[in-house]
Amino acid sequence: MIVRLQVNGARREADVWPGTSLLTLLRDHLGLYGSKNACEQGECGSCSVWLDGELVCSCLVLGAQAGGREVLTVEGLNLERQAGAVQAAFVEAGAVQCGFCTPGFVVAVTDLLSNDPAPSEASIREALSGNLCRCTGYAKILDAVNLAAGRLRDSPA
Amino acid sequence: MTAIRPRAGIGGVGESAPRVDGLPKVKGEFEYASDLRREGMLWGETLRSPHPSARIRSIDVSQAAVRPGVRAVLVAADVPGRPRFGLDVKDQPVLAAEVVRYAGEPVAVVAADSQEAARQAIRAIAVDYEVLQPLTDMEAALHPDAPRVHPGGNVVRDVRILHGDPDAAAEVWVEGYYETGMQDQAPLGPEAGLAVPAVDGGVDLHVATQWLHADHEQIAPCLGLPEEKVRLHLSGVGGAFGAREDVSMQIHACLLALRTGRPVKMAYSRPESFSGHVHRHPSRIWMRHGARRDGTLVVVHARLLIDGGAYTSTSPAVIGNATTFAAGPYDVPNASLHGTAVFTNNPPCGAMRGFGAVQACFAYEAQMDRLAAALYMDPLALRLKNAMRPGTVMPTGQVVGGSAPVRKLIQGCAAMPLPPEEAAGGRDPIRLPGGAGNTSRGEGLARGAGYAVGFKNLAYSEGFDDSSQAWVRLSRDGQGAMAEVKTAAVEVGQGLDTIVAQIVRSELGVERVVQLPPDTAIGSAGSSSASRQTMMTGGAVQLACQAVRAELEARAGHHEVPDLIEFLDSPIEAVRTFHHRPTRALDGTGQGEPHVAFAFGAARAVVEVDRDLGLVRVVQLAVAQDVGRALNPQSVLGQIEGGSAQGLGFALMEEIDLAGGLVRNASFTDYLLPTTLDMPPVVSLLVEEPEPGMPFGAKGVGEPSTVVVPAAVVAALRAATGRALSRAPVKPDDLVGLRTFPGYRPPP
Ligand code: FES
Ligand code: FES
Repeated sequence: MIVRLQVNGARREADVWPGTSLLTLLRDHLGLYGSKNACEQGECGSCSVWLDGELVCSCLVLGAQAGGREVLTVEGLNLERQAGAVQAAFVEAGAVQCGFCTPGFVVAVTDLLSNDPAPSEASIREALSGNLCRCTGYAKILDAVNLAAGRLRDSPA
Repeated sequence: MTAIRPRAGIGGVGESAPRVDGLPKVKGEFEYASDLRREGMLWGETLRSPHPSARIRSIDVSQAAVRPGVRAVLVAADVPGRPRFGLDVKDQPVLAAEVVRYAGEPVAVVAADSQEAARQAIRAIAVDYEVLQPLTDMEAALHPDAPRVHPGGNVVRDVRILHGDPDAAAEVWVEGYYETGMQDQAPLGPEAGLAVPAVDGGVDLHVATQWLHADHEQIAPCLGLPEEKVRLHLSGVGGAFGAREDVSMQIHACLLALRTGRPVKMAYSRPESFSGHVHRHPSRIWMRHGARRDGTLVVVHARLLIDGGAYTSTSPAVIGNATTFAAGPYDVPNASLHGTAVFTNNPPCGAMRGFGAVQACFAYEAQMDRLAAALYMDPLALRLKNAMRPGTVMPTGQVVGGSAPVRKLIQGCAAMPLPPEEAAGGRDPIRLPGGAGNTSRGEGLARGAGYAVGFKNLAYSEGFDDSSQAWVRLSRDGQGAMAEVKTAAVEVGQGLDTIVAQIVRSELGVERVVQLPPDTAIGSAGSSSASRQTMMTGGAVQLACQAVRAELEARAGHHEVPDLIEFLDSPIEAVRTFHHRPTRALDGTGQGEPHVAFAFGAARAVVEVDRDLGLVRVVQLAVAQDVGRALNPQSVLGQIEGGSAQGLGFALMEEIDLAGGLVRNASFTDYLLPTTLDMPPVVSLLVEEPEPGMPFGAKGVGEPSTVVVPAAVVAALRAATGRALSRAPVKPDDLVGLRTFPGYRPPP
């Protein structure tokens, strides 16, 4: 079946088997490998994207469900001020090791900070509890969130 | 213009230089093995045995082969070269021929136009199995009448260490029996790679691995190809932790590519990944400690059993570690230590962070607490009294050389600030055991603290020469000086590439360092395991840089110049190999000099337990670690924190649930990894006492926290509940007394 959708601001289409997830559509049909596939079961958040502005695990969304809708992936983030601050903070804080979880965290943290510019530690932990990282133990990821949040508050757009 | 001038601030050794791969990773641009693709590429899939033990009567691939899009279906008879592979002992069939020895063992592989077509073809293969009774209990495996998993019997390796007078008399005795579960490394990046057939009849394999040359040495003979026709290239690695030490899809993808003449990609799903790599050995450990009334350790008796599963993998080295470490980082004058790794029809076990040291530490540290209680002594005082130091003779006869700041670690760990007490009422539920699920309201809450001390060997042991080779080239162009480096060492996420760049910057004084992609065109770098790459590949890079610098200085002669770049009219290059000092295998009574060096660690865990519901909140972990010298402090802390998380998982939640040899929780829904809600803050202390013979005095830093944190967490749970808790992971049932674990029973 043909799915037509907006991805990172551009009109795209893909010819997929009806059972194809949005994650597989993005990765294997559109060549957007930034979203990762650590579990394909909604447990790890490595596949996080926005669907019509809502944060979703793209492995849990059927490609067909995204038809006619707007998808924003980690590849579409690079120019945004908020995401740029999050990305820089992840590198500086040492929040990246193997990096397989990182695109999903960057998306989830960007989403968190756009809803809550000054999150408490508890709300950061809760907001990111659906994103697994096997390498860092999360300490430096939490540091990165605080670093990015502080900088964004100090220099409002 | 970049100069050649060693100076601070250029991202050299000792600075927290940012990761060289940080930017592409945060942008989603870093290419992992599962992201590989080629024009005209096929997808490979694997058919695995559903039975832990069975004879294969026949395999019928005819239905699968005629399905649309299917390009090849291969079984054991299609393997052109050596039918078996393995890291050391080649006992693992590329594809099972007559028997299967574990559930998940590969039986056939398929290449098809799409992953879906390949998956459907797999389901169309008909295998006629004669199902056999599996051997799944590690003690039963030792019974003379047990079915034999391999013709040579069920013992993979038996290690006996006799030290001093094992019959020495003591005034106080404690004994205990301990068990640990099967942990999964669960790197987030699944096993994946892409095999591309080459015009010379060979194959190029792009793969996520820990050791390119060990893969290479196993793959080429199975393909029936000379080594030079098989070339391995490192792809992006999404974590490893031991899971990529053994070959998984490598040979299969190459076979399919050579058969079809097309590039073939294989990428495991998460459930398949649980079958696709070895796990941490489950263990059963009996220990008896004898001491004088003043707390001086007199003798340790230990019997250790680990379940190696169906194939050898690294079990011999893991039981070697567990047994040589069984007396702990203490001065123990007399000991009898006996360790055995056995074959069963459980999934194969092998390397995982901590490699045998984790299981031993869980047992010997529980014993130290038990002994302290029996002596009415403070547990830290008991440890301080007996702590190993340089010059201590270990049970193997090896004298501890190098740095061994065990006392400093214990004192430093204890001195780190404790988390404040919190009233149970009025808390955000996220700060209660059970967390946001709001299952506990704080009644029956008890806090406890526990300590553990442990150690881990660095680099490979028992006579192994795991050297590393590096090539360095210094040149100049329009932008100034530039150093290029090439090694075959694997960045698995630990930060090696950044450390290499730091070493080059410090040794050569250039800022611009270009690292060439690792492959098998250069000599082996050894494995990215055993906390060894910073020392071994770091050492090789340092030697090569020093050779380049010597040549540059020779060119300069006695000329006093501000910048040596003037003498770089032609590039200078050097290749060097770094070897650690030789070690000696154990003899018949377990005497030798098995280990190169050690890294020690001490941990304190503070926990809160809801004693009615058996729920746990770890409040804080404090880790003091012996790091030699921190080449990149931020990265060292990251290793300690990440290693602590894996230790916490091992203590509280992570276990492969086996029933009759079948894995029942092969998903992240059912196999639980610590999340942001499970991990407490980790406070760390780096103790820096340089290790002689290692570059800049650095020690490997990846493993000690994983070794000590499980024992500390469970000690804290014992303190909070007063229960014996002799099995990890500790489950809610254990904490409320619904599951009482058998106390002491005689060893086999
Ligand atoms: S891949 Fe989607 S949540 Fe794990
Ligand atoms: S950095 Fe490896 S999984 Fe998070």
